[in-house]
Amino acid sequence: MKKETISDRRKFILNMARSAGITALGGFVWSAYVDEVIASPLTLRPPGALKEEDFLKTCIKCGLCVEACPYNTLLLAKPGDNKPLGTPYFIPRDIPCYMCPDIPCVPVCPTGALDESSVTTDGELDINIADMGLAVIDDNSCIAFWGIQCDACYRACPLLGEAISIKYEKNDRTGKHAFLKPIVHADVCTGCGLCEKACVTEKPAIFVLPREVSEGKAGTYYIKGWDKDDEKRLKDAKEIKTTTEISKNSALNSLNDSEDLY
Amino acid sequence: MHKLWNNYRYLFFRRFTQIGLLVLYFGANAWGWTILMGNLSSSLFLNIIPLSDPYAMLQMLAAGAVLASDLLIGAFIITLFYLLVGGRAFCSWVCPVNIVTDAAALLRRKLGVDKISKKQPASRNMRYWVLALSLILSFTMGVTAFEFISPISMLHRGIIFGLGFGWAAMLIIFLLDLFVLKNGWCGHICPLGGFYSLVGKGSLVRVHHNEENCTLCMKCKVVCPESQVLYMIGKESLPVLSGECTNCARCIEVCDDDALEFSIRKLAKNKNIGE
Repeated sequence: MKKETISDRRKFILNMARSAGITALGGFVWSAYVDEVIASPLTLRPPGALKEEDFLKTCIKCGLCVEACPYNTLLLAKPGDNKPLGTPYFIPRDIPCYMCPDIPCVPVCPTGALDESSVTTDGELDINIADMGLAVIDDNSCIAFWGIQCDACYRACPLLGEAISIKYEKNDRTGKHAFLKPIVHADVCTGCGLCEKACVTEKPAIFVLPREVSEGKAGTYYIKGWDKDDEKRLKDAKEIKTTTEISKNSALNSLNDSEDLY
Repeated sequence: MHKLWNNYRYLFFRRFTQIGLLVLYFGANAWGWTILMGNLSSSLFLNIIPLSDPYAMLQMLAAGAVLASDLLIGAFIITLFYLLVGGRAFCSWVCPVNIVTDAAALLRRKLGVDKISKKQPASRNMRYWVLALSLILSFTMGVTAFEFISPISMLHRGIIFGLGFGWAAMLIIFLLDLFVLKNGWCGHICPLGGFYSLVGKGSLVRVHHNEENCTLCMKCKVVCPESQVLYMIGKESLPVLSGECTNCARCIEVCDDDALEFSIRKLAKNKNIGE
């Protein structure tokens, strides 16, 4: 059999095509995997973390924040944790953030993924403005809402009386007792998770979630007309026009026409 | 004893630096040492000097992140260092995956896997494609694409901060290198190795071949993880100029005839020889 010769040019083109094909194949598998792992919305980040999208871009996964944390709160995501690999996070029910006033985890960040300016007021570090998440209460399983006296979360809160307050209400069931209901104030809560750690129920009735998960959004259709600041939200609002096609038939006809009813 | 030392001295030093660095990093997390904190992605040396992976920085740049000054300084220091000592010195003197792939290569030789599969099914240039791909994916997905799958940082982080399922990734690499592709991970796929190959193209520390002493035993080519860089063995007295040489010095150790030795590249003299 005659051996077919392949010209150098053909060889080169074939080689390039093969490499490009393999690259495309790898690229799709790779991007599918990355897309899967970065879509884990229940990850609580250290204080001062950028918005999740920017955080994933900027975090170099060095673990310096983890090493700086004196309470071993912060963990680096390992394979199997189902979190973006190598990024820092914490599980408040195990070890919450104890809100150190000097915030050792933030200044050590070499890339600015933990942004010092976001936890600084008047040139000084201020952990009280940190925003790691927001505590939410499941009032169905919170025993204080049952009428049993418990203020564990209220007492545990480092911003006592500000981030969680207690609301008195009459207990109509007994007629002579009071409910002492914990209320979380979203504008103050830092998401440190000390309340979740302190919660006495088997599975915590108060727990921290990232704000994107725990908060709703009113949008620009509804504005607090009595609040000057709230009206500012209208600034970037865009007009949306909707047109509804009106039926040509009169209402009366629609009743008369429906013969098949009989 | 003397022969043993002669045949394994660089290997000993390489394992010493690889494991020594791991111990320093581990100590930083476990016992609060401050000599070397962080990990290979980014570290703090002696509590002052930032060190950062320049390839991770490139991915961040592609992803559209704002680069902090500490990161830039750290990446600059590391790049400068490897420009001098040979880019892929990282691979054979620092990277912990090297221990895994060296073990696979050793077992492969001992078992004689190459005798049944002579033909290599993939090109060593694949790593440059993976390198380009990682930057494209970083750009399109807005994340540092390779850092999310890197078995290097997985293992390194794993040893310092807890391994999780990272051992599975190491097993995959070990089996790939042992049964599928000779030097598969480090020599074909790893984009970090590809990156350092490009960085080390002009480095000063090089292996030199002295053709007059060579007896053509080819032990160096058998042991070399990037044997294509030793094309000149027995033909010409040339330095190994390819950036793909990892400066692991195994060739120097196995050579019984003093035909290979480390030297500093003579920049002017070798300018015209090329690779």
